[in-house]
Amino acid sequence: MSAVLDDHGHAHDHHGGYGGIMRWITTTNHKDIGTLYLWFSFVMFMVGGVMALVIRAELFEPGLQFVNPDFFNQMTTMHGLIMVFGAIMPAFVGFANWQIPMMIGAPDMAFARLNNWSFWILPFAASLLVLSFFMPGGAPGVGWTMYAPLTVQMGMGMDLTIFAVHLLGMSSIMGSINILTTILNMRAPGMTLMRMPMFVWTWLITAYLLVATMPVLAGAVTMTLADRHFGTSFFNAAGGGDPVLYQHIFWFFGHPEVYIIALPAFGVVSQVIPAFSRKPLFGYASMVSATTGIAILSFIVWAHHMYTVGMPVTGQLFFMYATALIAVPTGVKVFNWVATMWKGSLSFETPMLFAIGFLFLFTMGGFSGLVLSLAAVDIQLHDTYYVVAHFHYVMVAGALFAAFAGVYFWLPKWIGRMYDETLGQWHFWLTMIFFNVTFFVQHFAGLAGMPRRIPDYPLMFETWNKISSIGAFGFGLSQLLFLYIVLKAIRSGERAPQRPWEGADSIDWTMLPTPAPYHTFETPPLIK
Amino acid sequence: MSEARREERTRENRRTLAKLSVVAVAMFGFAFAMVPFYEKLCQALGVNNFITPDTAYVNTQVDLTRSVTIELDANTHDLAWRFRPMVRHLTVHPGELAQVEYEIANVRETPVTAQAVPSYGPQRAGQYFRKLECFCFTQQTLAGGETRRMPVVFLIDPALPGDVNTITLSYTFFEVPGAKGKS
Repeated sequence: MSAVLDDHGHAHDHHGGYGGIMRWITTTNHKDIGTLYLWFSFVMFMVGGVMALVIRAELFEPGLQFVNPDFFNQMTTMHGLIMVFGAIMPAFVGFANWQIPMMIGAPDMAFARLNNWSFWILPFAASLLVLSFFMPGGAPGVGWTMYAPLTVQMGMGMDLTIFAVHLLGMSSIMGSINILTTILNMRAPGMTLMRMPMFVWTWLITAYLLVATMPVLAGAVTMTLADRHFGTSFFNAAGGGDPVLYQHIFWFFGHPEVYIIALPAFGVVSQVIPAFSRKPLFGYASMVSATTGIAILSFIVWAHHMYTVGMPVTGQLFFMYATALIAVPTGVKVFNWVATMWKGSLSFETPMLFAIGFLFLFTMGGFSGLVLSLAAVDIQLHDTYYVVAHFHYVMVAGALFAAFAGVYFWLPKWIGRMYDETLGQWHFWLTMIFFNVTFFVQHFAGLAGMPRRIPDYPLMFETWNKISSIGAFGFGLSQLLFLYIVLKAIRSGERAPQRPWEGADSIDWTMLPTPAPYHTFETPPLIK
Repeated sequence: MSEARREERTRENRRTLAKLSVVAVAMFGFAFAMVPFYEKLCQALGVNNFITPDTAYVNTQVDLTRSVTIELDANTHDLAWRFRPMVRHLTVHPGELAQVEYEIANVRETPVTAQAVPSYGPQRAGQYFRKLECFCFTQQTLAGGETRRMPVVFLIDPALPGDVNTITLSYTFFEVPGAKGKS
């Protein structure tokens, strides 16, 4: 994307003397690295999406048509890992790289070279994941949660996946330390913590979550690796270990991970909704405390993913109440967004459409989550398609919709050109409709008892699966339109005006030219 | 920005980096700290208590009014051992001390170390099944071709719910990976 900046002629001498591909490999500029993250994330989104379509093609009809059950399991595993660690997380790190320095008046990220490393680890991690398909026995088919004891029995593909998770973890930890340091130390004079745009706040808290939990995941997979090759028995019942312990360690990471994905999405939406309502964000302070509250609670609810392991009733009750409690700060956020729109001067450009779509669907996903938080209900619904529907409502309609809103919202700032509004709206409506066609029916399939991660199913689930598969292909194809819109904007979009969205009032819009020059805020601005 | 201010900021950034790195390393350690913590917690709550000896009651009342059938089952998992109970089933009164024997035989020519893990049917009977002595408390190493007989001493807690009349005690032997006969 930044290639466009070259047209303006003010960037050449700042690229450190390299041109072509070496420019991108050696870059330490936060904007270049943000661009790299976003493109990487899009490529991974396509790879993970193709895997999802293999799953949906197989599930179009009962019986086995296209793939064998083993390969099907590899697809569900890799789809989950790639979408979570390859697509969604890097997308928001990309936004953070582009936006945080510009939003707090910093010249760049705190550790520019570390930033370069954090990104360039990712392609290697992704290659390891993909390489695992070509190992004897194929990629691991253990589910993205990598539960023991199955992981101890898998072939070599599992080792590659473990190393990939190590690399992805290292990248996230370095990235989030960088983001934390930037936000804590690099703010312009006058930019107090409570004046920071909401997007920066959500990333501050997300980065803390990442530093606290990614090492725990690294620990869990390291133990798996040791069980596989070094004769330890952390999770191996034979040596006195316990597979349930793996689940505890994994979900201690896994539940905060859910908010690592959701909080930056909240941040994007908190920028977009006020801009298109032409009102400041309602209840800024309560937004900050709600975000913090969610983050703290996320550390004490992990076992709601494991109600069926045979926990004592007291344990189930504790995790159930703690989980239901998260609905309170989340509710505060939803009401604040609605209150921001209340009596606002609304307009419905593509970013706003995606933000409102997010608000609708994420709230629905939140409610199905509340249903699942009830231990008594969850024992029925555990590992059914109801769970699949629930987390796609929060991951896709939550995080992905917010990412789309962010791209449409900030693209003019980044490249100095507008996207095609008509096509953008088409993209929104196609995505919105096909998303619901795909996932809404999965609630019913789950309530009727269809288990997740199976390549074949009883005839009674056929109609729901047919509808869902049709929706999935529609959804997947609609995303090609997104690629076209972005490419068209880069190549031949209309020149963006200085303030394309007059309601957006953070300093990246008010104090910087559009498009943002290659180096910004080298002299810190004074925030009054 | 002045040179002095710039240097000060670099120093500040380094400090923050160091602090946060300590947090990250500590959390990596925390994952491993969860292992003993989990064991202690399970012990304290009395769950997952499969392969540690139970303490006998000083005053055990034998409940002669009830009889419980104990069925013995023996399995191996990916292990070239023969493993069988000397009796298939027996009847005991709750509170009565009973002893049974199992036989294991290594049919391979190399030494093998394995661990037995018990499970119970019905599952909830497990907490009333008190094993005072059991070969499952330790790893067993058999030399090539060796055969061994091993006892299990147990009693059934008289608090066993009245509707449980049969308990299946099932052992599965797993090879201990990596031990390769040396333990």
